[in-house]
Amino acid sequence: MQVEITVNGQQRSDDVEPRLLLVHYLREVCGLRAANVGCDTTSCGACTVLLNGTSVKSCTVLTVQAAGQQVTTAEGLAANGELHPVQAAFRQEHGLQCGFCTPGMVMAAVGLLAENPHPTEAEVREGLEGNFCRCTGYHNIVRAVLAAADGAAASGTAGGERAEVSA
Amino acid sequence: MIPAPFDYVAAESVPHAVDLLGSLDDDAKLLAGGHSLLPMMKLRLAAPSVLIDIGRLTELIGIRAEGDELVIGAATPHATLATSDLARADAPLLAHSAALVGDPQIRHRGTIGGSLAHADPAADLPMALLALGGSVDVLGQGGTRNVAAEHFFTGFFETSLEPGELITAVRVPRRPGAAWGYQKFVRRANDWAIVGAAAIDGRIALANMGPTPLRARAAEQALAGGVSAAEAADLAAEGTEPGEDVHADRDYRRHLARVLTRRALEHRT
Repeated sequence: MQVEITVNGQQRSDDVEPRLLLVHYLREVCGLRAANVGCDTTSCGACTVLLNGTSVKSCTVLTVQAAGQQVTTAEGLAANGELHPVQAAFRQEHGLQCGFCTPGMVMAAVGLLAENPHPTEAEVREGLEGNFCRCTGYHNIVRAVLAAADGAAASGTAGGERAEVSA
Repeated sequence: MIPAPFDYVAAESVPHAVDLLGSLDDDAKLLAGGHSLLPMMKLRLAAPSVLIDIGRLTELIGIRAEGDELVIGAATPHATLATSDLARADAPLLAHSAALVGDPQIRHRGTIGGSLAHADPAADLPMALLALGGSVDVLGQGGTRNVAAEHFFTGFFETSLEPGELITAVRVPRRPGAAWGYQKFVRRANDWAIVGAAAIDGRIALANMGPTPLRARAAEQALAGGVSAAEAADLAAEGTEPGEDVHADRDYRRHLARVLTRRALEHRT
């Protein structure tokens, strides 16, 4: 069936099967391969994207459920050649190891900060409980989200005074 | 994993959804957030011929006070319920249980009506509804009926919903200030309860201690008779026949029911 979806600000119209999962639509129809298929069972969060600004696991959303709505993937975050503050913070704080979970982590973090712009460390950890990093690189990921919340990465001033993250 | 093929229709209103349910094949399924149904379809445990999408019907979304009841639209996402000031004030046990479902992304999509209709005995919201003495409004071709939680859950993943019926709203008594406790034992973060216990004043409900959420009636009666929380909790597993699985055998589940009930009673706030 025909669906109209706005993906990263661009209006699209595509003919899709009702059973086409949103993550497969993004990767195979739109050619946007940031969202990864990890567990494929709504657990790992590697496929996290924003649906109308809210984080969702795109392996458990049908494309037809997103008809008429706004989808944002990691490809849609950077603007005017500048990384999104969360992306910049992940880079600055080295919030990734192998990188597989990173697009989902970043999108979950963007969604978290939209709901709670100044989270505590505990709120960051709970807010990212739906995203698994199998390298177990959580410390730097949490550090990155806190830095993004501080605006530290965007202003480039975080180097000297890092948020303290306890074990 | 890809679901088997199906037809899809987005309902334009609640009456339209009921008409579609009445006119389409018997195996038509309602789709709201899809966070119970789609995983089952991906595993091919469910293969409905048609999905009727009610997830964007605004008339099914929202929380309001109506007399001495709180009324939650069936397609209200868990995240909305968990963060609602009204729900947190008037039915904090329910808001708390919604906050424990899955993870943030799941709570953004999963709905209260979907969770109740799915009727997983290990899930949070069925236990919470039973503890609170809540009910569901059900609409079908014949009109509306209200079903108490006690009569709604009839078996393992089974409810008293008839073919052609849908849940429109969930009702719980408004009880600001009532003392409540909530315990959920899991081995892994985000998991379903191996056993759960929810208590509000003298009512106690258990999750995953049988095919449906259950009242711990022997413990409730003992509590009403004036014994201590610890003594009442010793009776929490009376009459239960919990299942066994890789996580827990029957005796261990009964042990958990007693311990969690004691904690729920002792930590009522």
